[in-house]
Amino acid sequence: MSTVDPVVLPLVSAEQRKQARSVGFTLVVLGIVAAFVLGNRPGDAGFKLVDSYIFVIPAQPFARMLAVVLIALGAAQLLKGFGKWTNVVLSIAAATFVVSFLAWAASGGSFSLTGMLQDTVTRSVPIILGAIAGILCERSGIINIAIEGQLLGSAFAGAVAGSLLGPWVGIIAAIAMGVGLSAILAVFSIRYRVDQVIVGFAINFFALGLTSFLAARVLTDHPDYNILAPFRPIALPLLSDIPVIGVVLFTQTLFVYFAYVAVAVATWSLYHTKWGLRTRAIGEYPKAAGTLGVDVIKLRYRNVLIAGAVAGVGGAWWPIGMVGRFDQNITNGRGFIALAAVIFGRWHPVGALSAALVFGLAEAMQLKMSNLDTGIPSEFLLMAPYLVTLVVVAGFVGRSRGPKAAGQAYDAQ
Amino acid sequence: MKIVASLRKIAERIARTSSFRITLLAVLSAMVVGAFIIILSDIDKLQNGDIIGAIRTVGSAYWALVVGSFGSLRAISATINSATPLILCGLSVAVAFKAGLFNIGATGQMLAGGMAALWVGFAMDGPGYVQVPLAVLAGALGGAAYGAIPGILKARTGAHEVITTIMLNNMAGFMVLWLLKTNLYQRADRTDPISKLVTAPGHLPRLFGFLDNRPDLIAHAGFVVAILAVIVYWWFLNRSTTGFEFRAFGMNADAAQYAGMHTKRLTVMAMMFAGAFAGLAGSAEVLGTYGYASQNFAGNIGFDAIAIALLGRSSPVGTLFAALLFGALQAGGRQMQANTDVPIDLIVVLRALIVMFIAAPLLIKAIWRVKVAPSSTGQTFRGWGS
Repeated sequence: MSTVDPVVLPLVSAEQRKQARSVGFTLVVLGIVAAFVLGNRPGDAGFKLVDSYIFVIPAQPFARMLAVVLIALGAAQLLKGFGKWTNVVLSIAAATFVVSFLAWAASGGSFSLTGMLQDTVTRSVPIILGAIAGILCERSGIINIAIEGQLLGSAFAGAVAGSLLGPWVGIIAAIAMGVGLSAILAVFSIRYRVDQVIVGFAINFFALGLTSFLAARVLTDHPDYNILAPFRPIALPLLSDIPVIGVVLFTQTLFVYFAYVAVAVATWSLYHTKWGLRTRAIGEYPKAAGTLGVDVIKLRYRNVLIAGAVAGVGGAWWPIGMVGRFDQNITNGRGFIALAAVIFGRWHPVGALSAALVFGLAEAMQLKMSNLDTGIPSEFLLMAPYLVTLVVVAGFVGRSRGPKAAGQAYDAQ
Repeated sequence: MKIVASLRKIAERIARTSSFRITLLAVLSAMVVGAFIIILSDIDKLQNGDIIGAIRTVGSAYWALVVGSFGSLRAISATINSATPLILCGLSVAVAFKAGLFNIGATGQMLAGGMAALWVGFAMDGPGYVQVPLAVLAGALGGAAYGAIPGILKARTGAHEVITTIMLNNMAGFMVLWLLKTNLYQRADRTDPISKLVTAPGHLPRLFGFLDNRPDLIAHAGFVVAILAVIVYWWFLNRSTTGFEFRAFGMNADAAQYAGMHTKRLTVMAMMFAGAFAGLAGSAEVLGTYGYASQNFAGNIGFDAIAIALLGRSSPVGTLFAALLFGALQAGGRQMQANTDVPIDLIVVLRALIVMFIAAPLLIKAIWRVKVAPSSTGQTFRGWGS
């Protein structure tokens, strides 16, 4: 035989190999944490799933088993790698780790897992919608740092208009406020070509200042401008009868259902419509898109305004979907968390949804953790979700690349 | 005579520079918009048809703003006091911008630095000329160490500093809360999270300490530290090799890489410098303004600092003046809230409007029908790529 054996070239770059390695290391570290921290508390943890059924996990054996599995998976990843299955393996590992963490925290007692998951979904709504607003802007080449301001402004508008004229008018007012603040972003960054980060931050300060100012000057003297009955959860027929999932996903307020629809519509239209293709084009390489006849300026305006409307609904969640009133700085940095979700989710609506759910879980856990006695200062438990995000971003997500043209003004010529 | 003439020449030159004129017009425009906000939010007076009264409120509010920031030695001292942490945190954000990085983490770095400075502040008991510099140094080091984390993460794994610094801010908040409940930090007879007091020699000396019987002049030597930091920052950017590399790296990361600069080391260094400046701000607050630490001693300063760095275009002098302007608004705002029924939150609106107007010279040009040289702001940070 004269033919030479075909040389199989590795199809992975050095960077990918490095990332695969760090995934492996992280798995091993998680395993060690599971063995030594989560494995140190004997006792059973009860997770209440439905009213009559408590699912019991023996915390210690479960953690030790998980530790062995995680270390084995990590070793396998380091030695061989899971290739395209890496993400699946990771998700499963992360989910089991969270369960083990909860079992450790709840060992010797019990708490309602279903309730916590329901809370997770509820609380991730403004983060999901804020992140979608961010994605719509950034995919079309406009950096949106102003998510926080849009959420805060529309929360205020929703509260006042909702108190005076009813919740539906409140939502419309919130959308109008979101669109209005987006219009500032659009006009300044597209027409006046101002640095988008500067405008975004100015909008954040403007919204924070104006809403705090009006809350202090007007709402304190007129409490009737700031009280309304928030939406009640609506159980979707049939779907809500599914055990556990029915409560978690389908017994929620309209805001949650809107968030599902928004994620689905955004994903589908970004990747399967002409609009989506054009949007992604003007975010990556506007000159080429412009040469081929896309009206870059007009499309950017339109997308930034749509994003404002989506953020507006997200802002209305506070007064109309949750607490029934407005307080100074009620959003408290959720817009920045949404921004982190955009990057974490790699500018993809579904990725952002997953990230938002992680942050929602963090918030839901903060409420639960105060009731559980774990022997560890509660501050460290409260810190955990942010630490996990840090580890995940450093270890798994790594170098994330956003739309190439984001942040640059566009010349029509 | 010669001196007067040359001074007049300088004054004329300043007046002709468009950046000075834009700033003036931007402040003026912001005040006009602010006036409308004050009038329109006075709904009780407007409902009674008392438009004159509503307009009069604007006058007394703005008068209080001026008097409260520059009207007396006490007001100037309050302005200096408010500006001190703003200058230092502004430099923190600015130095990162210069290297093309976006430091949202000044809050966390300030907390870390403040807690480090605080420890030296209460654990030692003089002499002051040893303890104070040591505590301030501890603050800088604490901040630098906390700032190094996002730098190292970015250099080694590419994790974006916008995410990591936001996460580290949240973590620092909980860390401080926990520390303030430990025996090491918590004040002996307290159950709430509040720290021990800095010992008397550990306080940053009062700037106007030479005046007798004026305990109301709260400005402290942290301001001197801040001015020194501005000078160091200027020297570093314009006279040092590393500073040159920072600017090159910030303008074009790829070019810097091809020119043989160690971009990973620059990333870590930039975040460490940023952390050190913010840590100094934390130590100034703890050792000078409060003398102890409570849970939220960093307040919103880390975020205000972003606006300051943007306003000052990250230049040393620009950042200094932007911080002084913001500090003056802060001090004047307190007076305004005390004298009139206009809440201090108005100054946040004014700050936002000033930043926006200055960033958009074309808009100023359109409103005031003046000629301004078009100035490109360029991009503040490298964006989401690389």
